[in-house]
Amino acid sequence: MCIFIDRDRDPYTLVVYLIGEIDHHTAAQMRMIIDGEVENSLPRRLILDMEKVGFMDSSGVGLILGRQRLMKKLGGMLIIKNPCPAVHKILKLAGLEELIK
Amino acid sequence: MNYDNYFKLTIPALSRNEGFARAAVSAFAAQLDPTVEELSDIKSAVSEAVTNCVVHAYRNMAVGQIYITMSITDRTLYIKIKDKGCGIEDIKRAMEPLYTSKPEEERAGLGFAVMESCSDKVRVRSTPGKGTTVTLITTLSKRELK
Repeated sequence: MCIFIDRDRDPYTLVVYLIGEIDHHTAAQMRMIIDGEVENSLPRRLILDMEKVGFMDSSGVGLILGRQRLMKKLGGMLIIKNPCPAVHKILKLAGLEELIK
Repeated sequence: MNYDNYFKLTIPALSRNEGFARAAVSAFAAQLDPTVEELSDIKSAVSEAVTNCVVHAYRNMAVGQIYITMSITDRTLYIKIKDKGCGIEDIKRAMEPLYTSKPEEERAGLGFAVMESCSDKVRVRSTPGKGTTVTLITTLSKRELK
């Protein structure tokens, strides 16, 4: 599990590159890092780039739903980018396809 | 039943073993040369079942064990994931999509939904106070030599 943060795109956008496998164990760590960054920079748009995520189970869905709630509370939005077919399948099952841009 | 091959694995119900469990199962399945999609489905279903043991089975107890038995007959995989934890009072409710007993922990309530969509068959047997056994059954497609 590894996370890359890009704060320099524009002041309203926080890009988080998730790397590795997302399960119950790694989601808890990712949640802490992402929430810390969001609370620091209060972005309008949180982009989760999942190009380098090869595996995700329903704990990843919990992670995404929680971050979506957090962004709504801040008056912002959550966007998911570049899911691989395996991750896409889980997102579809959870009804989260509309977040993929 | 007459198995072609099998393995047994016992691990403590710790979250850091979730990745190990699905890696072990998918490494064993590799002998049948599954497709990338089949392998990814196996990993997803196993991850959900093992996570249930970690999150739910041994709550309010000392960390217990997860017993994984995987066997192969022809091209059918039987993956049995068993715990000796608290058991499930109402299996039907537990298997409803979006139902979770732990919404405060950001559980999506999709564990069984993922298991069912990633396996041909999911069997759940549970006795409150004794434990739960989930069996995932999947028949892999025939691979023809080109």
